Amino acid sequence: MNYSIDELREGALKALENISANDALANWRSQYLGRRGALGKLFGTIGRLPQAQRAGFGQQVNALQQELDAAYAQREQLIQSQLLARDLEEGEIDISLPARPQGRGGLHPSTRTHREFQTIWADMGFQVYHSRDVEADEFNFTLLNLPPHHPARDMQDTFYTTNSNVLLRTHTSPGQIRAMREFGAGGTKPIRVILPGMCYRQEQVTARSEIQFTQVEGLAIGRNIRMSDLKGTIAEFARRMYKPKAKVRFRASYFPFTEPSMEVDVECFLCGGAGCRVCKYTGWLEIAGSGMVHPTVLRNGGYDPSVWSGFAFGMGPERITMLKHGIQDIRYFWGNDLRFLQQF
Amino acid sequence: MLVPVSWLKDYVDIDIPVELLAERLTVAGLEVAHIRYIGLPQEPAPGVLMPRSEHLVWDREKLLLGRIVEVKSHPQADRLVLAMVDYGAPELEQCVTGATNLFGYKDQGEITPPIWSAFAMEGARVWDGHSAKPRQMTLKGKELRGIFNKSMVCSEKELGISDEHEGVIVMDHDERYVAGAPLADVLGDVVLDIELTPNLARCFSMIGVAREIAAILDGDMRYPSFDFVAEGPAIEGQVAIEIREPELNPRFTLTLLRDTRVKPSPFWMQRRLKLIGQRPRNNIVDVTNYITFELGQPLHAFDYDKLVERAGGAPTIITRLPDAGEDLKTLDDVRRDLGAETILVADTAGALSLGGVIGGGETEISEATRNVLVEAASWNNIGIRKTIKEQRVHTEASARFSRGVHPSQALLGCKRGIELMRRLGGGQAAQGLLDDYPLPPPTVTVELPVARVKRLLGMDVSLEQAADVLRRLEFDVTTDGDMLRATAPDHRLDISADPAVGQADLLEEIARIIGYDQIPETIMADEMPPQRENTAVFIEERIRDILVGQGLYEVISYRFTSRESEARLAPDGAPSPLPDAEYIEIANPAASERNVLRQTLMSNMLESAVNNARYQSSQRLFEVGKVYLGRGDLLPDEPLRLGILLTGARGRTWWQEGAIESDMDFYDMKGIVENMLAGLHIEDYRLERGTHGSYHPGRSAGLYIGRERIGAFGEIHPQVAARFKLTEAKVIYGELQVAPLIQRHQRLHTITPLPTTPAVLEDIALIVSADLPAGEVEAVIRQAGGRLLRDVTLFDVYSGDPIPAGKKSLAYSLTYQDENCTLTDKNAAKIRRKIIGAARHRLQAELRS
Ligand SMILES: [Zn+2]
Repeated sequence: MNYSIDELREGALKALENISANDALANWRSQYLGRRGALGKLFGTIGRLPQAQRAGFGQQVNALQQELDAAYAQREQLIQSQLLARDLEEGEIDISLPARPQGRGGLHPSTRTHREFQTIWADMGFQVYHSRDVEADEFNFTLLNLPPHHPARDMQDTFYTTNSNVLLRTHTSPGQIRAMREFGAGGTKPIRVILPGMCYRQEQVTARSEIQFTQVEGLAIGRNIRMSDLKGTIAEFARRMYKPKAKVRFRASYFPFTEPSMEVDVECFLCGGAGCRVCKYTGWLEIAGSGMVHPTVLRNGGYDPSVWSGFAFGMGPERITMLKHGIQDIRYFWGNDLRFLQQF
Repeated sequence: MLVPVSWLKDYVDIDIPVELLAERLTVAGLEVAHIRYIGLPQEPAPGVLMPRSEHLVWDREKLLLGRIVEVKSHPQADRLVLAMVDYGAPELEQCVTGATNLFGYKDQGEITPPIWSAFAMEGARVWDGHSAKPRQMTLKGKELRGIFNKSMVCSEKELGISDEHEGVIVMDHDERYVAGAPLADVLGDVVLDIELTPNLARCFSMIGVAREIAAILDGDMRYPSFDFVAEGPAIEGQVAIEIREPELNPRFTLTLLRDTRVKPSPFWMQRRLKLIGQRPRNNIVDVTNYITFELGQPLHAFDYDKLVERAGGAPTIITRLPDAGEDLKTLDDVRRDLGAETILVADTAGALSLGGVIGGGETEISEATRNVLVEAASWNNIGIRKTIKEQRVHTEASARFSRGVHPSQALLGCKRGIELMRRLGGGQAAQGLLDDYPLPPPTVTVELPVARVKRLLGMDVSLEQAADVLRRLEFDVTTDGDMLRATAPDHRLDISADPAVGQADLLEEIARIIGYDQIPETIMADEMPPQRENTAVFIEERIRDILVGQGLYEVISYRFTSRESEARLAPDGAPSPLPDAEYIEIANPAASERNVLRQTLMSNMLESAVNNARYQSSQRLFEVGKVYLGRGDLLPDEPLRLGILLTGARGRTWWQEGAIESDMDFYDMKGIVENMLAGLHIEDYRLERGTHGSYHPGRSAGLYIGRERIGAFGEIHPQVAARFKLTEAKVIYGELQVAPLIQRHQRLHTITPLPTTPAVLEDIALIVSADLPAGEVEAVIRQAGGRLLRDVTLFDVYSGDPIPAGKKSLAYSLTYQDENCTLTDKNAAKIRRKIIGAARHRLQAELRS
């Protein structure tokens, strides 16, 4: 019988060594370790042995079972790791094949810039106010200190409607008057708003000029608003929008609805102020027109200019978007060409 | 405006580099757009960047002031001569030249006085005078028809002054310079191109700019003399003035110069005019131009004898409005019909010139003119603007008068002009001048407490500092305690008499001259206005985000279109789908296809789809934008609309088999719209079969929220699609009003707790009439299933064998769940029976086994 146990061990272990697949392993297991397997049969013979041999034989069979169990577990682990290795090796795909198309979608670049603006201004307490596109001449010009025949009316090529006193706003500034009258409570309440929107100019459409463009106007009215606040606020905006610690320059300029008026230049964010083609080698980019609200405009908004003061500014999101992305042709903005829109 | 620095230096000392001057002017509001260098090197100041100039820098050793003392003939060439040049060296230099303006001196012996010109030695760099394209070259010695030559006398082109290459430069003798002086010192210059904003009318001249520089640099102004030598008889009796419209012509002055000679101006005058882009004509006309640019006061010169001839005696100059039907032929050879608002300078025989704009041809200065009547007048700037608009004529005079020239300048211009003319042309000026000044502008004095300066600028400015700045700008300033009283100088019209506006005017001057860079940057300390919730903006942006999240691209179209373009949206015989509103029509459209404002986004979005179709197999677009609905005399309604457009393949071409999907259709649009409504938590919406004419009637729907129809979507009507040439693929479009979406969105919504009990799933298939809308079947199922029916998903629609004709099978998977307890099979079977019963009873449905 000893011979039989040794033979069985040898045969079983040898067979196990050649097994490399799960199903063969399962077969081996039932052949040797299953209820009706070889080992089972050996256990079955115990009862038939003489009493004296039973314990010894039983121990031998038990030892064999433990040995085969261990060998099985080891083999199983080996096969699993081999299979895993094969699987990892054979499961390789060509990662250079094109991706399965996923719909992406995107906001218009102008909207993206407007959102950036609105976020920054909202942090400084400026809320969005939407004003109308089709305006009365009075709001677009006269109430903004541009009476009929004012020389500065020449600066703006206006689209008029067939109703002689109605035009397409040439700037978002008429919204200043509307915001003051709506929120100023008869010139008794402070205001901080930004006025984004589409504006219109009767111009030749070229790579540089368009008949419609968006603007963002800002207006702050209070009892103690100073020109230094205008500088501080716009500089803060510029640094958040373009570059922390960017240099900001304020130049005297002229807008009929502000006095003093100024243009705001920010250090060119393309060359870091060292001079490049885009900033025309000056190191500066013009980003805003601004100034202290003209006393006449304050009055027209219902405020007493001897008590109240304010500042206003205007910016062109398209121009800024063009600078940021190297867009050479302003006509891309309303051309709705997906090849352009998909690049944002 | 072009401003030569050499000219400015007549009036003010400039002791800083021009590049820094340009920067200071720019920051002070006189934007220097360009700097032109003539012979001088560009020397950027520290911290001031500017484009590199590619001009020719004149070598101080090799480009010199020379005197041509004799011109000899070339022994072998008729078209060349030998100029003998004294350039300060012991020996004369012989230059071979083809300069035609020297031929007249050929073999005439010594020229007295000698001709002062520009002399270039061997090795000097100059522009190639013979090259059509700008090309620099270095002067080298070589034989020219047998005579060795290594230097030359230069033309303006060779020095980069102008394109003039006909002859060599011929200068006046300037006593400050001797032969051999570096040419850069004599003719070198820098010309600033300054862009003047409308408020800077007072700077529209050399003296105007010089004044600003004097204020900025705290220097002194040197005004030219306004005295004139008058040796002729008194002007009274020789001419008279009659102003009929003082509002339009507040001042008119005249002087008379007799026995003068009309001839070319001297070199210095011609040079200055050329530097500022003016063409020299003759000494009289050149002086009128010169004064226009020097002082900003345009002058006009008449041939006095022609006036006498017209009047048959001493003329009377009348300024008046035109008579009906009157016309005038102006200097530019245009015969002009004169509108009612054009102010004229006339005499008793008729119109002479458009006052302040352009002279008439008949009385202009010619070579034969001997007696010159000089006009310096003031014109109302609005009147001039009307004339410009009516006559479409722009001159240097009208450019200045239309912005405003203070009447005080007329007298100065008249005096300075007559004296310059006398010096250049000889003759005797009449004694005295005629000065009719019916309407002087009021003197403006502004009171400004210095505390207000601090308060509005946010900067500590002392009374003395503020007063000093204003005095530098020639204000007459007195102070009284904290109060500053400033009277505007008589060259300014831009200081307002309104106290608040006048203060702002002064504040700007104080801030500008002290420098905006000196004002600190502060954070607003003022009261913060109440912050309001801005739902409209929030929801508008939310809509954009939801649509982008579904793979749509935002477009922004022109808000312009034409009636014809939008009329295409109605198929033949169908009523217009557009709102019942007037169009906003543009009086001066950019193009006829953009002559009204849109009433729908549809037309422009379909256009966008056509344009994109050339490059895209699939398009998913949306636009959020206004449409414009006229309301008679009221300003139009400008409601916001949402347009969505889908066309082409649902997916893009891909390499795996079967990956190319079919074209997008109605159900893609429905999914996008429903997702958007879900994102806004709008639940009480429904669809009704479409009645909007632009869509396929069987494949479109109207969207209702509550009772309100807020728009429609569906497949574009084939006829409409064909008109837009969108025939390649179906176009699915939808347009919704945005306001109801904003109004109806659920700001707060409650979520359903996540159930912890298991759900029971089962499928049922119902056979119903083929024309029964699936929505009705689902509604019946949901109603019958009640609270415990959690979800209904239609997973198959089938008709054909073995389903009887006229019927279809709808297969649903149903989810039953009770959040309070586990549903038993018995409960589930009960719900199922209720559903099947309701379907049988209400829909005549059969259960498909
Ligand atoms: Zn740059």
